[in-house]
Amino acid sequence: MLNESTFDLRRYIQGNTHSLGVWVALFALIAFGLLRYENFGTVYNIESFLNYNSMFILISIGMCLVIMTGGIDLSVGYVAAFSSVVAAYLSPYGIEVALPGGVLAGAALGSINAFTIIVMRIPPFIATLAMMLGAKGGALVLSGAQTVSIDWGSNFSQLGMTKALDVVPWTILIVLGVIVLAWILLEHTNLGRTILAIGGSEDASMLMGLNVKAAKAFVYIFSGACAGLAGVFLASGFGAGQPLEGVGWELSAIASVVVGGTLLSGGLGSIPATVAGALLLGLIFNILNFENGKGTISLSAYWQLVIRGAFLFLVIFLQSRILNRSASKPASA
Amino acid sequence: MTTPVAADEPAHKTARPVFGFDTGLLKRNGTLIALALLLAFNILFTPNFLQLQTLFVNISQVTTIAIVAVGMTLVIATGGIDLSVGAVMALAGALAPLIFTSSFGVEYPVLGLIAAFILPLLAAMLCGLFNGAMVSYLRVQPIIATLILFISGRGIAQVLTNGNLQTFSNPYFSYLGTGKILGLPFQGWLGLALAIGVFWLVSRTIFGRYLLAIGGNERAAMLAGTPVRLVKIGAYVLCATLAGIAGLIVVAINSASDAARNGNLMELDAIAAAVVGGAVLQGGRAPIFGAILGAIIIQLVKYTLLANGVEDEVALIAKAAIIVIAVYLQTSARD
Repeated sequence: MLNESTFDLRRYIQGNTHSLGVWVALFALIAFGLLRYENFGTVYNIESFLNYNSMFILISIGMCLVIMTGGIDLSVGYVAAFSSVVAAYLSPYGIEVALPGGVLAGAALGSINAFTIIVMRIPPFIATLAMMLGAKGGALVLSGAQTVSIDWGSNFSQLGMTKALDVVPWTILIVLGVIVLAWILLEHTNLGRTILAIGGSEDASMLMGLNVKAAKAFVYIFSGACAGLAGVFLASGFGAGQPLEGVGWELSAIASVVVGGTLLSGGLGSIPATVAGALLLGLIFNILNFENGKGTISLSAYWQLVIRGAFLFLVIFLQSRILNRSASKPASA
Repeated sequence: MTTPVAADEPAHKTARPVFGFDTGLLKRNGTLIALALLLAFNILFTPNFLQLQTLFVNISQVTTIAIVAVGMTLVIATGGIDLSVGAVMALAGALAPLIFTSSFGVEYPVLGLIAAFILPLLAAMLCGLFNGAMVSYLRVQPIIATLILFISGRGIAQVLTNGNLQTFSNPYFSYLGTGKILGLPFQGWLGLALAIGVFWLVSRTIFGRYLLAIGGNERAAMLAGTPVRLVKIGAYVLCATLAGIAGLIVVAINSASDAARNGNLMELDAIAAAVVGGAVLQGGRAPIFGAILGAIIIQLVKYTLLANGVEDEVALIAKAAIIVIAVYLQTSARD
C-alpha cells in the first residue's frame, strides 16, 4: 500500500520471506475491518487513523535504523514529548520555524545519545534509558510541568488539518517523505550498507574500513530527529506541547520494527515492513475501538498497555521460533 | 574469568597515574569517596541533616531501592538486565490491598492478611518466571524480554484497580512500612536480612557459583555442565520477588496503592545503584553489599537535591547524568 511503485515487489518478497507475515496480517485485518464495520473504510476514519499513527510510524523508522546496527533507543517517547514542548513554544513563529525547531531539538538529544554511546562507550540501552530520564526532566523544566498551549492564530495548528493539493493531509505527506528517504538511504547508499554491515558484525565492519562510528552516530541522531518530528505532530495535533506524553512509545516502536521482520540482533531489516508493522499495531487498536463502539467488548484505556505488551510477546515468540529453526539449518540465513 | 569474584572485593586494576595521582585508587574506592563527599556536603550545608528524623526518612526510602538493587545485581551478574522491576512493584502493590479489602479478606482477617503477603509475591515470581523463560528458553535479549512487562505489568496493575488510588487502613499490613524494631524502621531490618540472605546465596551456595560462572563466560559454563537455563530463571525470579517485596513496602508506607506511581522509574534507580555498587553489565560479579552502598548513594543524591531546593525535574536530569558517569567510570576502569 506504500511505495508499491518505487520498489520491485517480487524481489522484495524473495529477499524478505520472514517479513511476509506482517503484510498478510495487515491486509487480512484491513479486509476484516472493511467487512465488519461500515464506517471503517470512510475517508474520515482512514485520515484520522493515519494522522494519529503518523507519530508511531516516524519513531518506528528511527528505531528500525538503530536496531539494524544492533543498538536500541529507549528514549524516543520522551524525546518526542520534549520536542512537542519546544515546538509549542516556537508555534507563534509559524510552522516554518516550529517544525524545524522541534526536529532539531530531537536531533540534539539524539546527538547526546550518540555521544554517550560512541565516545563514552556506554551500552545503548543504559545511555538511552538515561536519556529517557533526562528528556523527561528537560520537558518538565522547560514547560513548568504543564501542557504548553500552541498559538492557535498561527499556521502551526493547521498542520494536521490542511491538505496538500486538497487531497492528502500534510502530516501524511511528510511521513511518506521520511519513509521514502529512509528507504532510499538504506537500500541505495553507502551509509545504508554500512548500517546493515554493523549489525551483521561490528568488528568485521571496522576491519573492512567502514566508517562505523559515523554510521552509528547517524542512526541515533536520525532516531532523535524522527522522534522530534513526531513531537511536532503531537503538539500540532493535540494543540499543546505534552511534557507527560510518550509513555510506552518505545515499546510500540520496537514492536513495529520486530513485527516487520527486523532481527533484534541487527544486520537485517526493511523500512517498508517496519511501516507495515506500525500500521498493523495501530490497526489492532483501531479495530478494538470499533468493537468497543459496537458494544461487543468493553476495554478501558489501561488495556492498551497490556495489549501492546501481549502483541510484542506474540511477535517475539514467533520470531524466535523461526530463528531457532533457521539456526538449525545453517544454509538459510 | 578463572575464579569468579564472589562479592565485594574489587578486582585489582592498575591504572596509569595522572599527574602523580593513582587514578586506580580513585576508581577502586570511588563509591566510598562519593559517599563521604555526599555526607560531608550534607552535614555542612543541608539544614537539620544530623537529625534522627532525617535518618528515618532516608532509611525508609533507601530500603526499597536497596532491595530491588540487590535483585537487579543478581540479574546483572548473569549478564542480563531487568527493566520490569518497577512494574512488578506496581503489580504486587496493587494486589495486596485488593486481597485484604475483598469480602474474603474482611471475613477472615488473618487469612486475608497472609494471602495479601503471599499472593502478590507469587504474582511477582510468575513475572520473574516469564522474564527468565523468555531470556533462557526463547533466547530473547533481556532488555526486550523485560520491556514487555515493563509496560504491560503496570497496565495489568491499572486494569486490576481500574486506575484508581486504593486507600486502606490496616495496622497489621502497615507495620511493614511503619513498624519499628529497636527504634529503627522495620523495613530497614527486613532489607538488611534479605541482603544477608542473598549474599549467603551468592557466596556460599552452588547457585551462587553457577550464577557468577554464567556471567563470566556463559558458553564455558554451559560446556562445564552448569544448568544455565535454570540458574538464569532463578536469578530473574529472585529479582522479581524482591521487587514484589519492595512494592508491598511502598504500599504499606503510604497506606495506599497507586498503580501508576508505585515503582515508577525504579528500574533506573536499581540499575544505577547496582552499577555504582560495582556490578559489571557484562556479568560475572555480584557485589550485594556494593548494591546497598549504591542505593544509599542514589538516595543521598536525591535527598541532597531535594533538601537544598532543587526541583524534582532537575533532579531527574542530575540522576540521568550520574548513571551515565557511573557506567562510564566503570567501563573505563575495566579497559
